Amino acid sequence: MKNPIELGSFWLPRQGSTLAERIDSAWAAAYWVSVLFFILVAGATVLFAIKYKRRSERDKTSPIDHSTTVEVVWTLIPLAIVISLFFVGMRGYVHASVAPAEAYEINATGEMYLWTFTYPDGTTTVNELAVPRGRPVRIILSSKDILHAFFIPEFRVKQDVVPGSYTSVWFEATEARETVLLCAEYCGSGHSDMMATVKVLEPSDFDKWLEGNNNSDLPPEELGKLLFAKRSCATCHSLDGTRIQGPSLKAVFGREEELADGAKVVVDENYIRESLFNPGGQVVRGYPPVMPSFKGLLKDKEVDALIAYLKTVK
Amino acid sequence: MSQTVTTLDVNTAPDGGHGTDYIRAQSGIMSWLTTVDHKRIGLMYLISTFIAFAMGGVFALILRLELLTPKQTIMSANTYNQMFTLHGAVMTFLFIIPSIPGALGNFLLPIMIGAKDVAFPKLNLLSLYLYWIGALFTLSSLITGGIDTGWTFYVPYSSTVTTTSVLSVTFGVFILGFSSVLTGLNFIVTMHKLRAPGMGWYKMPLMLWAIYATSIVQILATPVLGITLLLLIAERAFHIGIFDPALGGDPVLYQHFFWFYSHPAVYIMILPGMGIINELISVHARRRIFGYKAIAFSSVAIALVGFLVWGHHMFTSGQSEFAAIMFSFLTFLVAIPSGVKVFNWIATLWRGSISYSAPMLYALSFLILFSIGGLTGIFLGMLSVDLHLHDTYFVVAHFHYVMVGGTVIAYIGGLHHWWPKITGKMYSERLATISCALVFIGFNVTFFSQFIMGSRGMPRRYYNYLDQFQPLHAFSTVGSWILGLGFLVMIICFIKSLRSGAPAPANPWGGLSLEWTTASPPITENFVRTPIVTKGAYDFNTENA
Ligand code: HEM
Ligand SMILES: [Cu+2]
Repeated sequence: MKNPIELGSFWLPRQGSTLAERIDSAWAAAYWVSVLFFILVAGATVLFAIKYKRRSERDKTSPIDHSTTVEVVWTLIPLAIVISLFFVGMRGYVHASVAPAEAYEINATGEMYLWTFTYPDGTTTVNELAVPRGRPVRIILSSKDILHAFFIPEFRVKQDVVPGSYTSVWFEATEARETVLLCAEYCGSGHSDMMATVKVLEPSDFDKWLEGNNNSDLPPEELGKLLFAKRSCATCHSLDGTRIQGPSLKAVFGREEELADGAKVVVDENYIRESLFNPGGQVVRGYPPVMPSFKGLLKDKEVDALIAYLKTVK
Repeated sequence: MSQTVTTLDVNTAPDGGHGTDYIRAQSGIMSWLTTVDHKRIGLMYLISTFIAFAMGGVFALILRLELLTPKQTIMSANTYNQMFTLHGAVMTFLFIIPSIPGALGNFLLPIMIGAKDVAFPKLNLLSLYLYWIGALFTLSSLITGGIDTGWTFYVPYSSTVTTTSVLSVTFGVFILGFSSVLTGLNFIVTMHKLRAPGMGWYKMPLMLWAIYATSIVQILATPVLGITLLLLIAERAFHIGIFDPALGGDPVLYQHFFWFYSHPAVYIMILPGMGIINELISVHARRRIFGYKAIAFSSVAIALVGFLVWGHHMFTSGQSEFAAIMFSFLTFLVAIPSGVKVFNWIATLWRGSISYSAPMLYALSFLILFSIGGLTGIFLGMLSVDLHLHDTYFVVAHFHYVMVGGTVIAYIGGLHHWWPKITGKMYSERLATISCALVFIGFNVTFFSQFIMGSRGMPRRYYNYLDQFQPLHAFSTVGSWILGLGFLVMIICFIKSLRSGAPAPANPWGGLSLEWTTASPPITENFVRTPIVTKGAYDFNTENA
């Protein structure tokens, strides 16, 4: 992802959804009002500072210390302007709040520090959101732990993900391309790495994608490698010995690990499976217990594949 | 002929049996720690809050240095998170909220109304001690493992997840709240009870109206923060389940409580700054202030209506759409009085006699920077636009333009303005001008670039960021060095003034409010004889007079 947020104008990202146009026109209204008033205020400040520079200690100054007319005018005109801006902002907001009834629904779950997406047919993905182009999509958001926020700059959508309740956003993507989903509500050490790829696909490609994501006839090691990347294991585990959030998985199979409670364990098939499904159970000493559970997200075949793959990482 | 009081000459006599100036009146460290003189207390506030500002500033420079490159530059993610939390908490609770009321408010308020001291001098000293104790608790986290929640302490991260020392910091802020409430209370009573003969409410300098409005907010809003923090402490320590959804609580409720205080708190930060600007502009342009009553009432209006807009921090939190719409509307209404003040200040410049002294240069900077801060608030108040901008660097830039470009610039301008009165020494205009220019340039380089980053989608509180933002981040970091240099020059300028500045006359700028009628520095009792006010604070000599 070299340049995942593409620019549409100097100020704003490219418009990737139907919402973006509306929000950008509201932005433009605020922008030109601001530019106008800034020129007025800064211009007058600088002009007066030059024009009325003190020339002698005995300068006389204006005795005028109020003018009701002027004050009423300069209160009412800005008032009218900001009230119109309020309505512009409100209309876009109402539009963004109510999803069309026929929208395609995807569940999204945020947790420290990844996004999981579940499609109506049961397909789940981690840190990869694929959506069809030209069709309203409603994302139903929930959190497994704390507050996060679902933010796709190119689509101009943002919504907090709140534990204990559901929130949602909707959008209709307009271009078949890739962009990025970011977490915008501070959530701790991995906050700024909590990202997902957003893939907008042509409707027919989207159907193919859904199918293709459900099964795979790859050999186990390769499927495992694919899953390792797709399920974002690499966010926390390196394969080259570097320490990130979790222990490096370089040559992990057969290694002896010391656990938080001091016990020793040799990494085998069962330990890997346990780590995937019940990660809080046997935490390696010196690491925070932050790994999410993949229970329900990985099929047995996929666990086998991951184990097969880890055996190959020397 | 145009003087405010009749006792001018007597009051400028530094001695003559009427006592020495407040600094030399007594000596020894105990004489300071047990003093009830509002000027000494103000001076101790000045020094304490300045230390806080310097600390917060160093944190800021380190943060910016880390952000020079997208991945790790000088520290780990956890350290970074603790650093921005402390930066925010120190700047907010230890510097900007207490500084102007505590330092300039304490020093000037009694003198400006012609009183000997505040209404409750011992309570005033207690406020200072509470400030120190609160500061110690807050800063103790530095050695007990930091705190990484952000200065907003949002739950459930703060209550259930983080292992850092949330308790000591929130308890510290709780204590600081008491300090703030007591100061506000003291000021309100002082203004009601101790004004000198002849000083009607409409004769008061506008700085005092602003402090009055600030005090109202301090008294009404701060207790809510106190209760919220106690609930958070209870939640964290005993899992009572008010905020934690796992126990049936509601994390959004915390945000309502928090912002019910912290939005008004934004006015505790900006109103005193606005108050200072009135004095700077009218005195250094020798011009009657334009629209005295509009300015006075708008301060009070901002303070009161400011209680109704907290929800604009929560447009994307999942509060009801109806609530969001109401909050947006009220936000625009409360913006109007601030705009009106700006117009009044500019009208005061019109046909004035503008000196390019440091206080005026700061006031002019304020007008420009605060306008940018205010205008960008329009974007954030517009519901649909805020969906895109919320929690991005656009917000970071916006509040730094208001808090630093507004309040801090006004405060520094005010410090130069009253420096001769407080210390009895003049400062070097040349150094002050250089530092003002560096601050203005450095500030804009640092923070204007952040508007661009934010609108392009750079979220705030990010330790790592997408490569594409590096040029703007690097630009901003270089700006922070210029800004830091500007503040350094300012400090050098003040230290030089203390060591070798020329003695200050009683009234170096030709101001008309009461503080300029007493000696520089004032005697312990402020005035030799109680002043009698016959003219307003802004009745400058005019062409028809
Ligand atoms: C003097 C130069 C300053 C610089 C270079 C600076 C820089 C920064 C930086 C880099 C951040 C972190 C932004 C993020 O990731 O969200 C930040 C946050 C913040 N700053 Fe400053 N700052 C400065 C002064 C101030 C002052 C005077 C205040 C006083 C109100 C202040 C208040 C805050 C607050 C409240 C936050 C938010 C902290 C949080 O997100 O929890 N800053 N600043
Ligand atoms: Cu996050």
